[in-house]
Amino acid sequence: MANATIASPTATTISGRRYGSVSRDRRWALRWSYFFLVLFAIFFLTPPVYMFITSLKTSAEISAESNPWWVYSPTLANYIELLTQNTYLTFFRNSAIVAVLTVIITMAISVIAAFALARMKFWGSATLATGVFLTYLVPETLLFIPLFKMFAWFNETFDIQLMNHWWTLIILYPTLTVPFCTWIMIGYFASIPKELDEAALIDGATWIQTLTKIFIPVALPGIIAATIFCFTVAWAQFLYPLAFTTSTTELVLPVGIVTTLIKGDVFNWGQIMTGALLGAAPPLIIYAFLMDYYIAGLTAGATKG
Amino acid sequence: MAQVTLRKVVKMYDEVQAVRGIDLDITDKEFIVLVGPSGCGKSTTLRMIAGLEEISGGDIAIGGDVVNDVPPKDRDIAMVFQNYALYPHMNVYENMSFGLKLKRTPKDEIERRVRQAAQILDITELLDRKPKQLSGGQRQRVAMGRAIVRDPKVFLFDEPLSNLDAKLRVQMRTEIKKVHQKVRTTTVYVTHDQVEAMTLADRVVVMNAGLIEQVGSPNDLYHSPITKFVAGFIGSPAMNFIPCHLEQAAGALRVRLSDTLSFPVPADRTSRYTAHVGKANLVLGLRPEHITETRPHVEPNQHDFENPIDVVEPMGMETLVYFTIAGSEVCGRVNPNAGATAEKPMKLRADLSNMHLIDDGTGKVL
Repeated sequence: MANATIASPTATTISGRRYGSVSRDRRWALRWSYFFLVLFAIFFLTPPVYMFITSLKTSAEISAESNPWWVYSPTLANYIELLTQNTYLTFFRNSAIVAVLTVIITMAISVIAAFALARMKFWGSATLATGVFLTYLVPETLLFIPLFKMFAWFNETFDIQLMNHWWTLIILYPTLTVPFCTWIMIGYFASIPKELDEAALIDGATWIQTLTKIFIPVALPGIIAATIFCFTVAWAQFLYPLAFTTSTTELVLPVGIVTTLIKGDVFNWGQIMTGALLGAAPPLIIYAFLMDYYIAGLTAGATKG
Repeated sequence: MAQVTLRKVVKMYDEVQAVRGIDLDITDKEFIVLVGPSGCGKSTTLRMIAGLEEISGGDIAIGGDVVNDVPPKDRDIAMVFQNYALYPHMNVYENMSFGLKLKRTPKDEIERRVRQAAQILDITELLDRKPKQLSGGQRQRVAMGRAIVRDPKVFLFDEPLSNLDAKLRVQMRTEIKKVHQKVRTTTVYVTHDQVEAMTLADRVVVMNAGLIEQVGSPNDLYHSPITKFVAGFIGSPAMNFIPCHLEQAAGALRVRLSDTLSFPVPADRTSRYTAHVGKANLVLGLRPEHITETRPHVEPNQHDFENPIDVVEPMGMETLVYFTIAGSEVCGRVNPNAGATAEKPMKLRADLSNMHLIDDGTGKVL
């Protein structure tokens, strides 16, 4: 009886030398990336951790010559004192109203402006789009003196005092946020295929309907990214409120903390740290919730589909 | 009543003329395909009919009314785009009903029309899916559904199958033809694929460099092209063009391809070609299927010759052979069993009854 053997003439083993390893390369890449991630995490997280530690100390312990990285007798006194203080709560309220209204005004202007600049080709639209971005490049330190002059002129002409009101900041902040948000949104809208608005146009949509029913829903990640940026700028802005507001009732958080908690040459470190930490909370919470959208917005257009 | 008429339509982009004055009459219920190489102005023409491009000159009429200055939404047209252009945040039902909703059509009417269109296209079970959950072919169906529900006067298709893979393209081609047979809406279809044009169209419009080269039924274009461009564009593999000149000897004409190779011109063409005897710049046009292997039985106007073969391409049901006559490459289609071998001489047969004589100077078929 003959045994059937299966022998393929091509199935010989390869005797060449083996070199290179994809998995080893990958492992090393991972190690390096973790090394640098940890390095940067330490670098960026040390200040807030130090702030947190300090906020739990009494003034006596802060000035004592003990290990600054350890709390020997933790206390919530700084938190209680700040949160029961009317001035701090006023700062917080001013900041919140200013930031929210700035976001609303900015988004209302920049979404519509970006749609017009990205989609309606009119005479000078390209130049105007570049112009919008150029205004973002002018630093605020250069702007606040002319703004001062304008306010003075406004006061003389219309007899309306714009200085030293927290709501003045709602007029001022969009000068910083509108150009950048418009620029982000132009880029985002430009990445939406042209056929989409043409399809809507043929389907019978007006420009406004195309914007509200197609562009805004499709560009939502970009709009959220712009919103976060705008909120952060409005919340953390320091120079304008420092220059344009002075009364305690009109201050916003960043300036309020610095001006009211530093009395002469006495630095109330515990409360400064507590105030700053609490003040940093709202943007942090917003980032945490919208992080996924934010990243999607920043990387939009990087890949197709 | 939805005929489309173009009269001396011109499109200028700054200094460049994309469309250079075209006239076209599309009758009601007709399936017209605009075909041509890229940059020939076919898409621009379609977009002008849609109203997405302003026209720089001439008139466009839909259903008898001049629509030059009418915005797209009031032209009562529907368009299917190459990349489908489905609204990504809406499901299939919402995509299809978007146009009707904007027109404030009653809800139950929208429902009825969407269901009906979905049934025609066999996408009923996809109605609550989002576009990104669909395959390319399904997206294409939805895009067509969006057009059908609006019950427009004219369908416009802008290279709708170009994004699909080869197999699906053939399948969807049949699908589009079926849908047109069901709904009988006047259709203008743009493609660069001449096979798509031939298979779909009632009439094909061949465009080149912003002008219409020829309008006719697929068979007309294939068998009686009027220009060298159409002769070369329609048909795959393309028609062979071999420089030649005409000789007259004893009342009969011969077309001479090289010092050693010449064929007698079919008798019924003699009177048509006599005026061109001795002219320079003449080209013989002969389709690959009219150059075959030799067979025992000889029909009139068939002539045998022998030529060394350069390249052999087996296609399965036929074999393509490439060889050179007087410096120009020629393709023939032979039986796979005819024994064609590269770099060996082969006996071939040319069927001159389907020849075309072309004046290369004017590009016209004589």
